[in-house]
Amino acid sequence: MSSIKLRAVVALSGLALVCAAQVARSEAAVPKKAAAPAKKAAPESKSAIAAEFEKFRDIMEDASPAELFEAKGAELWKQKRGPKNASLEKCDLGLGPGVLKGAYVRLPRYFADADQVMDAERRIVYCMVTLQGFKESDLAKQPFSKGSHVPDPVSLVTFVAGQSRGMKIAAPQKHPREREAYKVGEEIFDYRAGPWDFSCATCHGDEGLRIRTQDLPDLSTKKGAIAAFQGWPGYRMTGGLMHTLQWRLNDCFRQQRFPEPAYVSQTLSDLMTYLAVNANGQVYKGPGIKR
Amino acid sequence: MKILQASIVGAAALAVAYAAQAQDYRSQAISVMKRDFHAKGIATMDRLDEDTLQQICNRSDNNPPKGLAESLQHDQLQGIKYPADGKFLGDWKSGEKIAQRGRGMTWNDKQGKTSRNEPNGGSCYNCHQIDTKTTSFGTIGNSLAHFGKTRGYGPDIQKYVYGKIYNAKAFNLCSKMPRFGHSETLTEDQIKDLVALLLDPNSPVNK
Ligand code: HEC
Ligand code: HEC
Repeated sequence: MSSIKLRAVVALSGLALVCAAQVARSEAAVPKKAAAPAKKAAPESKSAIAAEFEKFRDIMEDASPAELFEAKGAELWKQKRGPKNASLEKCDLGLGPGVLKGAYVRLPRYFADADQVMDAERRIVYCMVTLQGFKESDLAKQPFSKGSHVPDPVSLVTFVAGQSRGMKIAAPQKHPREREAYKVGEEIFDYRAGPWDFSCATCHGDEGLRIRTQDLPDLSTKKGAIAAFQGWPGYRMTGGLMHTLQWRLNDCFRQQRFPEPAYVSQTLSDLMTYLAVNANGQVYKGPGIKR
Repeated sequence: MKILQASIVGAAALAVAYAAQAQDYRSQAISVMKRDFHAKGIATMDRLDEDTLQQICNRSDNNPPKGLAESLQHDQLQGIKYPADGKFLGDWKSGEKIAQRGRGMTWNDKQGKTSRNEPNGGSCYNCHQIDTKTTSFGTIGNSLAHFGKTRGYGPDIQKYVYGKIYNAKAFNLCSKMPRFGHSETLTEDQIKDLVALLLDPNSPVNK
């Protein structure tokens, strides 16, 4: 037990050093598989693993790797970048240009300029395209962290999410398009298809289920839906990579044996609207750590 | 054949009835997905199309009226291909490997094989407790520990388990369990090996 703890701390403090150095040089990179703590040695029974993970999270509370990506994202936000050599400081995340505090917990929402309901990552990509002149098709080429590559939107979403730490989730349902997004998201959540007849609800529609030893939150309930936000964006110990909800939902569609949803597409915004509204009222603790 | 026709008519009627309530958002959801998704590897776009069974389960909240469920189950049962040699028991050791393996059929995998060139897995442990020595098991399905010991070893139960793995929906229309033979995920020999895992008296499942 203590050796697992020790290894975890060593692995992560090593990572923290490397990351800090990289943030200082403002390169979005982390070492490949920096931390895969005690994966093999972990006991198999669920309670033991859960207990170990909880301890691990406690240790890391002070020096969460997610904070390093927040710092990286903060820099990227201010820097003049892209073909238009502009910063993101005028990006409107729903509360007015440049207002970041509390914006993340009030997304997804309807944006008149884009005439779309958008989640945080979709909106940030929209700003990168409209303000900085990046191409969405370029950003969609490798949108997820892989090896030592951490895409800029991942750091940016982590930064923006950090500005809502400790606030209540309050995804709006005032605009008719927001209510429509919720309803369509609910239908997507329940839609069984593909060779294995799976929907999101197959794995996330009942309380207390597990796949192997992994707990599956019931995302159709208020109590369960918070799991879709708590700790996301998250530093995933399996593989040692920083990921956003875009990645999580993409990988769940893979497990569902579906084809692939486009990056920052309406399908994902609608699903996130469904999840966020279900989680409304609960306190978001900020970006974190995932097993 | 008659039954098949009857249930298709029934299904269509039901689809219409349910469509009235959920039509708008449901059909919107389907067209949004069809627009937003793209094929990736073996995960082709036709996977987004519902077959009749999926459609009925989707449109009835997985709880279709009893008569309709029975006739659709009957259709599923008709489609099960039982082994020509009449034998159901394969090799439980191989069955254990198939039950453990969770890979196969995703966009990372290959046609009929996993990304590591192994035969597809059944991911049975993802959902079921089976051999009690494996403590990493899921709970979407019921425990199958000591299955033969508690349910018997005879030819009827062998045939039932073969059929259940081949097409779980033939016995419970909107079951969460995939149809492993129907979807061509597992071969006849693989299913026999899994039957042996559950029903061979020498399998550790029955120790
Ligand atoms: C075949 C099973 C399966 C299907 C289908 C599935 N998921 Fe998941 N989901 C998982 C597993 C396994 C995890 C990881 C749990 C863990 O890491 O502890 C997960 C995690 C998640 C999480 C993160 C929860 C957390 O605690 O951090 C969200 C959100 C989620 N899924 C949403 C979805 C949505 C939306 C769909 C449908 C598009 C879906 N899932 C379909 C198995 C599935
Ligand atoms: C995604 C979840 C899931 C997977 C994967 C799965 N099952 Fe199931 N299985 C279930 C559920 C849920 C039930 C109970 C409901 C029902 O009978 O349909 C069940 C029922 C069964 C039964 C009937 C049990 C009884 O008491 O009569 C057998 C046998 C079985 N599964 C074997 C298997 C085998 C073998 C595999 C792997 C090839 C497998 N299952 C994979 C979910 C799953």
